[in-house]
Amino acid sequence: MMDVGRHPNIKLLAYSEVEEVTGYIGNFHIKVRRKARYVDEEACTACEECVKVCPEIRPDEHQLGFATRKAIYIPFAQAVPAAYLINMEDCLGNNPIACGKCAEVCDPKCINFDQQDEFVEFDVGVAITATGMDVYDPTILDEYHYTKYENVITSWEYEILTGPGYVTKGELLRATDRKLPKSIAFIQCVGSRSEKRGNPYCSNICCMNTIKDTLYLKDHHPEMECVVFYMDIRAFGKGYEDLYKRSKARGVKYIRGIPGDVVEDPKTKNLIVTVENTTTGKIERHEFEMVVLSVGVIPRPETEQIQRALTLSKTPDGFLMESHYQLNPIDAPTGGVFLAGCCESPKDIKSSVIQASGAAGRAETLLSAGKVKVEAITSTIIPDLCKSCGICADACPYGSITVDIKAKTPAIVVDAACKGCGTCGAECRFGAITMKHFTDNQILAMIDAMLEEKPEEKICAFACNWCSYAGADLAGLSRMQYPPNSRLIRTMCSGRVDEKFIWHAFKKGAPVVLVSGCHFVDCHYIDANRWTQKRVEKIWNQMERKGIRPERLQLEWCSAAEAVKWTKVMHAVEEIRKAVTKDEIEETKKILSAE
Amino acid sequence: MEKDKTRIGVFVCECGINISGTVDCDELTEWAKTLPDVVCSVKNRYTCSEPGQQEIKRYIKEENLNRVVVASCTPRMHEPTFRECCADAGLNPYLFEMANIREHCSWVHSDKQKATQKAKDTVKIAVAKARLLEPQEELEVSVTQSALVVGGGIAGIQSSLDLANAGYQVYLVEKEPTVGGLMSSINKTFPTMD
Repeated sequence: MMDVGRHPNIKLLAYSEVEEVTGYIGNFHIKVRRKARYVDEEACTACEECVKVCPEIRPDEHQLGFATRKAIYIPFAQAVPAAYLINMEDCLGNNPIACGKCAEVCDPKCINFDQQDEFVEFDVGVAITATGMDVYDPTILDEYHYTKYENVITSWEYEILTGPGYVTKGELLRATDRKLPKSIAFIQCVGSRSEKRGNPYCSNICCMNTIKDTLYLKDHHPEMECVVFYMDIRAFGKGYEDLYKRSKARGVKYIRGIPGDVVEDPKTKNLIVTVENTTTGKIERHEFEMVVLSVGVIPRPETEQIQRALTLSKTPDGFLMESHYQLNPIDAPTGGVFLAGCCESPKDIKSSVIQASGAAGRAETLLSAGKVKVEAITSTIIPDLCKSCGICADACPYGSITVDIKAKTPAIVVDAACKGCGTCGAECRFGAITMKHFTDNQILAMIDAMLEEKPEEKICAFACNWCSYAGADLAGLSRMQYPPNSRLIRTMCSGRVDEKFIWHAFKKGAPVVLVSGCHFVDCHYIDANRWTQKRVEKIWNQMERKGIRPERLQLEWCSAAEAVKWTKVMHAVEEIRKAVTKDEIEETKKILSAE
Repeated sequence: MEKDKTRIGVFVCECGINISGTVDCDELTEWAKTLPDVVCSVKNRYTCSEPGQQEIKRYIKEENLNRVVVASCTPRMHEPTFRECCADAGLNPYLFEMANIREHCSWVHSDKQKATQKAKDTVKIAVAKARLLEPQEELEVSVTQSALVVGGGIAGIQSSLDLANAGYQVYLVEKEPTVGGLMSSINKTFPTMD
């Protein structure tokens, strides 16, 4: 931690958040909000004089409320940067009548009540997301009465109660009588591996964490009775099984079965645990002086902000999605962005460090190459056809197109800023934009080829590269079966799906057309798929007016992780196709060719 | 030989039995020869393997191919592989097109006849695009010699130090007033108990 604070090549922006990211691989522009600390980070000597005079006492978040802090505080002794900060919601303010005591005693005069949030901007070539994880809150699991019984604690609270630097100086004490418990139970999988409550996934670290906790207790208090209630013990890492055996050898009792109920004895405040021992098949009752809920881990809700800023995706469990599960597990789908640690999936310290070094290595590969090729799939303006209407500039999510509407000069594309979503090409009404490698003629020819024979049997589907096409890939990887009638055309973004492609497909006899793309928050081109939706809604209206059933044009959002959804969509669209008769198709062709 | 004439080579991958188990690859390979501008159609056990790629290169030279279509897996996996393979043989990598007959066909259907029909259509669609492909030049951009690391927990710290020690400027952004993350609260760690 200290190395980070003093490394000459690291600019540490603590108490800060990434507000905005623009640019592309190799060339990102970052805007960071530095939240006001109200204390000059550089000048503060951490002398603690301010804390002594501060009258406002609050629960200490770092110690999970077991201890208190002042309104001006440092999160913990070894904090980096070693500077105080004021929580303005707790502070009485600088009004001399109200308070202002800290500013009076501060010798280096580093307290400034008028400090404002500041913005810092800089350029980088690569980005690593290491936003971490959060801990599951077991409050809703009412069988454990976590909020009702004081002697039921979480494994996270256990860390604070056994930490030598914390409030109890490392002594595990019961809240009700401030005594060391003579017996303790650990309940595993709290909030994990449950389809009904909590999360369906295994949180990866809790088994080993409990084994570690029991060994710590046996080292310090060999006489303490320790029992672990578990479903399976997952001790799969190097040295882990050995640690599990050591824990058993030290007398820790492992009972297979997850307790269904914890009840407090009102007199002793001991806890009666009822469990079905699945090894013996018997219902058992055990009494303990303390119960630790081994809570699982969850994705951090704040990760969503960085997810949006860097156009990343999430897997169904809410963790960030890697580019390829086996072959590219560190790269994010966005070029130049890498994932490290628990933001990608729950993992222990060793695995986090491995992935973090891996991410740094992947980033260095790009940095040391010094240059990177950008796929030639960008937009090109045909100046002779451009009417300078400006709609392409409006549609571009990256502001990479400029048009001088008044001067009537043709639009200009900044090649390096264009990411090739193709929304401008689909929106241009004058055919003045060509999307390299995804031209109108190429896509129209694909539709022709698709519908040349027996079009009535086929589903004409458009899928965006990043989400729905990838979702269909995952359906393949997972061997999920669906009707074989669909024929897919891949575009980089659903925003590329031009109105004329859809009408062309209907003219060629398509019974049903599916346009699919990312969910709004997942769109890899910021918000290009909002244009898709607008366009499809417009076409639905026109279909209605022309007497073509709008149902025959389907719009679906499907993420790269939603293989199940893709399969469902395929089945649903096939049902719609079956209901379209040959006569209806002929009628549509007639209506459209009469125009 | 006419220089401007479109000459497409189709390479059908069996992917072991991943594709050939459900799609009749022999029939598909033969049928692909009937498509417009296709001058050769070749079946491989594994097109992405070294021998498979060598075969593509050989056909590009021997048959004067100016378009290549590979019918195999998802382009999200091997498009870069085959583009590079084409470039090695002197063909502009953008004159390559892929037909996904694995993830979107053989793996999701079990009726061999219907899957083969879908594979045929998929190849036909890819060939239709290939006929109209044009060579492209990729833009090369420089990489700014600095990195952003978001999050100052154990992972963010490790990434930052590695990059900083390699000599790159690192901006480490942490939401909380201090770095350390959850790890800073942990007393003992497994399996070393330190």
